[in-house]
Amino acid sequence: MSPPPLLGVEEGQSNVSSPAVDCIPETGLGMKEWNYLGVSDFSSVDSSDVMSLSEDNKNNLNLKATELRLGLPGSQSPERVTELRLLSSGKVDEKALFPLLPSKDGICLSSQKSVVTGNKRGFSDTMDGFSEVKSTMYTEKKWMFHGAGSDSQSPQPPSHGKYSVAQASVKKDGPANAIQDRPCATNGTNLNRTGISNNSSNAPAAKAQVVGWPPVRSFRTKTLATSSKNNDEVDGKPGPAALFVKVCMAGAPYLRKVDLRVYSTYKELSSALEKMFSCFTLGQCGAHGTPGKEILSESKLNDLLHGSEYVLTYEDKDGDWMLVGDVPWEMFIETCKRLKIMKSTDAIGLAPRAMEKSKKDCCT
Amino acid sequence: MHKKTAFSFPDEVLEHVFSFIQSDKDRNSVSMVCKSWYEIERWCRRKVFVGNCYAVSPRMVIKRFPEIRSIELKGKPHFADFNLVPDGWGGYVFPWIVEMAGAVPWLEEIKLKRMVVTDESLELIAKSFKNFKALVLSSCEGFSTDGLAAIAASCKNLKELDLRDCDVDDLSGHLLSHFPDTYTSLVSLNISCLGSDEVSFSTLERLVCRCTNLRTLRLNRAVPLDKIANILRRAPQLVDFGTGTYAADLRPDSYSDLAGAFSSCKELRSLSGFWDVVPDYLPAIYPVCSKLTSLNLSYATIQSPELIKLVSHCPNLQRLLVLDYIEDSGLEVLASSCKNLQELRVFPSDPFGVEPNVSLTEQGLVAVSSGCPKLQSVLYFCRRMSNEALVTVAKNCPNFTRFRLCIIEPRTADYQTLEPLDVGFGAIVQYCKDLQRLSLSGLLTDRVFEYIGTYAKKLEMLSVAFAGDSDLGLHHVLSGCESLRKLEIRDCPFGDKALLANAAKLETMRSLWMSSCAVSFRACKLLGQKMPRLNVEVIDERGPPDSRPESCPVDKLYIYRTVAGSRFDMPPFVWTMEDDPSLQLS
Repeated sequence: MSPPPLLGVEEGQSNVSSPAVDCIPETGLGMKEWNYLGVSDFSSVDSSDVMSLSEDNKNNLNLKATELRLGLPGSQSPERVTELRLLSSGKVDEKALFPLLPSKDGICLSSQKSVVTGNKRGFSDTMDGFSEVKSTMYTEKKWMFHGAGSDSQSPQPPSHGKYSVAQASVKKDGPANAIQDRPCATNGTNLNRTGISNNSSNAPAAKAQVVGWPPVRSFRTKTLATSSKNNDEVDGKPGPAALFVKVCMAGAPYLRKVDLRVYSTYKELSSALEKMFSCFTLGQCGAHGTPGKEILSESKLNDLLHGSEYVLTYEDKDGDWMLVGDVPWEMFIETCKRLKIMKSTDAIGLAPRAMEKSKKDCCT
Repeated sequence: MHKKTAFSFPDEVLEHVFSFIQSDKDRNSVSMVCKSWYEIERWCRRKVFVGNCYAVSPRMVIKRFPEIRSIELKGKPHFADFNLVPDGWGGYVFPWIVEMAGAVPWLEEIKLKRMVVTDESLELIAKSFKNFKALVLSSCEGFSTDGLAAIAASCKNLKELDLRDCDVDDLSGHLLSHFPDTYTSLVSLNISCLGSDEVSFSTLERLVCRCTNLRTLRLNRAVPLDKIANILRRAPQLVDFGTGTYAADLRPDSYSDLAGAFSSCKELRSLSGFWDVVPDYLPAIYPVCSKLTSLNLSYATIQSPELIKLVSHCPNLQRLLVLDYIEDSGLEVLASSCKNLQELRVFPSDPFGVEPNVSLTEQGLVAVSSGCPKLQSVLYFCRRMSNEALVTVAKNCPNFTRFRLCIIEPRTADYQTLEPLDVGFGAIVQYCKDLQRLSLSGLLTDRVFEYIGTYAKKLEMLSVAFAGDSDLGLHHVLSGCESLRKLEIRDCPFGDKALLANAAKLETMRSLWMSSCAVSFRACKLLGQKMPRLNVEVIDERGPPDSRPESCPVDKLYIYRTVAGSRFDMPPFVWTMEDDPSLQLS
């Protein structure tokens, strides 16, 4: 059986040798994680794949064929070997290999957070190199045993963790599948090992949050947060619950919500909001999927938002509207009920918090 | 106009017969018998349920069923509850209201779930439907107390105003004061989500007084405990009551007043609320506990001993919502006291903490499964699980219809054997033959999906997170689960192959959600091109998907069947893959 060609090669991309450069869409957004996509090309091409999505075959795609081949290891070796060598020859980019691992540690409180991709971003700091790989192997061996034992008759799914990318020796199963495997193995490992944890080399601080996990509605977490404040039960624990506040912008068709706990400075919040509302400052974003549409650069946005046109304001617990930025960050997130991006002209009446409050005191 | 043969009944007779058929499925079947039945049925259909507001257009619905009195619509995908669907995605009810305002002036009931409702929509409802009776908004957002005030002021025949878990803009509009003094038809009022909105107690008391048919009253947190007694005394006919904050400095006489007020409510069967509970005041509800069938303590941050005491007083409990403060010990007491328990939900008190803060493990679940033979529906958050426990639970409760287990740390293995939990969940689907809803968690390989595809033949909704190894997992589910309607997946290594191989299956389902998986843009395009009756929505806040190579996975993917074509209200970060007639099969 001749192995199908590598997807990357078919498409004429030269990503075979550097899977990392394939899809880096924008800079400065912490998008390194997409490195794995070059690699994942391989994952979508199982050696026996009738469903190959190459350019040539697109029109012949037979959707009715359900020939997911559960090929036994060995049926795919040749190009897998190639892939493996490619991967292990270069630096093993841990970031590339564990795209689906939710970040678990305090490490990932990086400044590039954007609310939406919380779970994608964090993992880049999670893996601790070789030790993780080793422990991965350990767990995978368990799986091998478990899988192999009961699977004598039915075909073995190729991705039953039978390899390790960091090993120089060639293993039969696709690294691509294994790459997807990785998060499973590694995370499982983290849990199995009570002694070793990813936290060991970092502050054992707040567990970084994966967006939407655990699946608890935000009105519950809000209630718990305020209740526990009353009960004095939570002390020393880093403020864990998400703190979503609404953000509206003059002229925008809908509200957004941001989690204030994701940021640690005003600058981070400001950058995130710029990105979030960039669509609106551009006016209509135009027809969906307009190819090649130029995204407004961050610096331009900065000018737009910081320069003169817009100011960021918030409503505090007393119902007063203040300019953002005057109080210490910690105090701000405690008192901020909602945010509004106003045109500077509309915000003339707002004074910095300190002045406002003292004015009030004077007048009463 | 249709021919009447000697053998057919007059329309009126058939209509009368059809009026006994209430279920949507049966109604749909009736309408398919023949053309004349289709016609008769459509003129006398009174209730319509649209599970996905984008599956059909308002005009289509009203054209076919011009005489409806009740409509139920659902908007955003379920994962919107966990902030996975970006704001602005859609689910606007306004176009539906506009259409109905013109064509169905006798509409009485609107039920919405996960939709964006504006004050404008509410005002239009208030203005357009003279006989409007019931508004149920579940997990909706986008409106304020102003819109609600319009409903209260205008809808003279309003019986039900139910705001369940909505995100309401509190403009301190004193909602209740907008009900006219002449208004008396209230049967059900749920304002529990209004949070700390100030409520005028005198207004509330007067409202309760004059609405003698009031059966359900769920107050919001702002209502203090010392006001409850007065309200209860004015509404002793209440069946379902939700307290406000259950804390106050109660003097001894006001405590006994409270207890007396509760005991005067002989019909009370359901209690909820209980924010900020002070345990000393809980015994005030003991007089009603023996008849309680439903108890929601999921906001009550009280510890296991108090919970145990409370639960032991409720032998007829069918439904319990509680925080994990109840611990395994409390669940054991529950198992021995509440033999009629049908539904149990245990929520995490510290969902983001790394270490367990309470002693709630798989043991509690096992105890309840063993002691409560009628248990059908479970939602359980915990931090450890074992295959052994799951197998035991499965064997104890073959009648499960809903089983949702959330092991808080993703990919947690069996704590005893360190193996994946495939076998445990496999037992669940194997023994619980009527299982309709399942949520998975913990360490899971493709194996579990093989079990699900093989055994879960009645499964209608499946939620998957951080599980599986390869496309094979997804393939097992799509090819094996015959009754599957909703599938939602996050952070799993499922890609193009399984999706494309099972494209036809997607038309038999309501919807599929996949986020942080490995489905390429290319596959999305292909699916969109080949399946004209599906909307394939790519949701990606990083920018247009064609600014990246086709092989890049999309961030989020939402696929649903529709007869309405692409929608027109998409925000800039949602793209619907185009149909391509030349590429379609058949």
